[in-house]
Amino acid sequence: MAGLGVARAVGFVAPALLLVGVFLVFPALWTLYIGVTDYQLTGPAAAAPSAVGLDNFAAVLDDALFTNSLWLTALFVLGSAVVGQNALGFALAWLLRRVRPWLRRTTEGLVLLAWILPGPVVAYLWFAVLSRDGGTLGLLLDDPTTAWLVQYPMVSLVVFNVWRGTAFSMLLYTSALAAVPPSQLETARLVGANGWQAVRDVVFPHIRGHVLTNTLLISLWTANDFTPFLLTAGGPNHESEVLPVLIYRQALEGGRLGYASAMSSLLLVGNLVVALVYLRLLRRRA
Amino acid sequence: MTPAWVVRRIGLYVLVAVVLAFFAVPVLWLASAPFDARPGLGLRWPDWTFANVATTFRHPYAVTSLVNSVLLCVVATAVTTVSAALAAYSLSRVRIPGRDALLYLLLLLSSVVTGTAAMVPIFVLMLQLGLIDSRFGTALVIAGGMLPAAIFILKDFVDSVPRSYEESARVFGASPGQVLGHVVLPVARPGVATILVWSFVNAWGNFLLPFLLLRDVGKQPAAVLLRTLQDEGGSADLAVIPVFSLLYSIPVVVLYLFVSKRYGFRFHGGIKS
Repeated sequence: MAGLGVARAVGFVAPALLLVGVFLVFPALWTLYIGVTDYQLTGPAAAAPSAVGLDNFAAVLDDALFTNSLWLTALFVLGSAVVGQNALGFALAWLLRRVRPWLRRTTEGLVLLAWILPGPVVAYLWFAVLSRDGGTLGLLLDDPTTAWLVQYPMVSLVVFNVWRGTAFSMLLYTSALAAVPPSQLETARLVGANGWQAVRDVVFPHIRGHVLTNTLLISLWTANDFTPFLLTAGGPNHESEVLPVLIYRQALEGGRLGYASAMSSLLLVGNLVVALVYLRLLRRRA
Repeated sequence: MTPAWVVRRIGLYVLVAVVLAFFAVPVLWLASAPFDARPGLGLRWPDWTFANVATTFRHPYAVTSLVNSVLLCVVATAVTTVSAALAAYSLSRVRIPGRDALLYLLLLLSSVVTGTAAMVPIFVLMLQLGLIDSRFGTALVIAGGMLPAAIFILKDFVDSVPRSYEESARVFGASPGQVLGHVVLPVARPGVATILVWSFVNAWGNFLLPFLLLRDVGKQPAAVLLRTLQDEGGSADLAVIPVFSLLYSIPVVVLYLFVSKRYGFRFHGGIKS
């Protein structure tokens, strides 16, 4: 027992477990419960919600707003995380090995800065870039008439999230690339492989596990990211209403707590599946 | 230096330059607009002035919200670090039945139960407890969300502290609390620093939870006030928003510089949630 009795050991763990229990486990279970009631923020169903079984889930799956949101979320995750952050993160990790150290440090520093700045600030920075009222992109393209966030909301969100989150993939791939034996790259170069062939045949087999786990993690984060609310708030006319934004608007603006919880439950299940696959992969690697 | 090599080299630098511009342009506004006499949304060389800073400090809620941010973050960070350190030490040193299952569950929870997925019950819970508009309550919710990852990362660090240190301390009559405070934590200091910084940065940028749980503008942190300022729009706020964004960003940038200088920017899988 290493001098720490079971009683004291439990006492040490207790505060953390209490907080996790009250603010994480309990809400997760309660989501499932509220999801099968007609609970409302106001009105008679607020005081005495009644169980409605799986009605909410049936209604959710039949709701055009939900299917729209599911599709937009998939687009958001696929475009900005699976493709965007992954590709740019790897490209940066791969290319920056061969540039001068000061340039490498500057680029890495800026990419990291985009990642560590508070969400509301980066959202405002991009609002300023994309705004029609003298925004930077309009000035650069000499096009003062395009309201990017209104006319191309999903493209804007995807570009924003690539900018915001690439740092993680870059860091991960930088450390993964350090584990690729230089001798193998040298051999590839000697037999005349070009850069792309070297990546495909030499590097990729070494970092396949990293690609998979990285993709799962950034997908999970992107699907649960609330920052799109700060940029477009789901608009115009639900065109960029990804799942977190839809849940918020249904629950807090529409007051339909039960209905929104059914959506949350589906998101929780989705998260759970991705996380289980992720942990299984990690375990297999270890 | 074959021509092909030169072309590839130029291509490489052009590509890096484009990426550099992509990442730099949005941030540069944060350096220019706060000190511009006529600040706009677009990036331009400023007519230097410090008048906006004074305007921002006179704003009725700007300073209050930054104080609220500090309050929220200090409480959330302290609660997270202390309870995570205690739990990590205990879980690292004692075989409580079901410990491995518990750790697995914690790891799972930290990624599955996000603020977005649990916003309805968290809001209802705090509403029924009468803790809407309680900064302390909000800080506890934020801490609860950060704890699983914090415990996990800290346990890794504590695992690497040799047990012989503790045994020597115990031979000299140190209590378990003293062993933790005077032997284990000093050795695991990089881990504790990591958790301190990580939880502070996470709590500092957290928008959703304070947005849900703090409705009184006098109690809202900077994250929420920035959103309110943006919503109100109007040209007057362009004197306030840039300076305010800068003030709000400085602590995380300073912390990041401090950490990367002191400990090197160490990489922990899944550190950002």
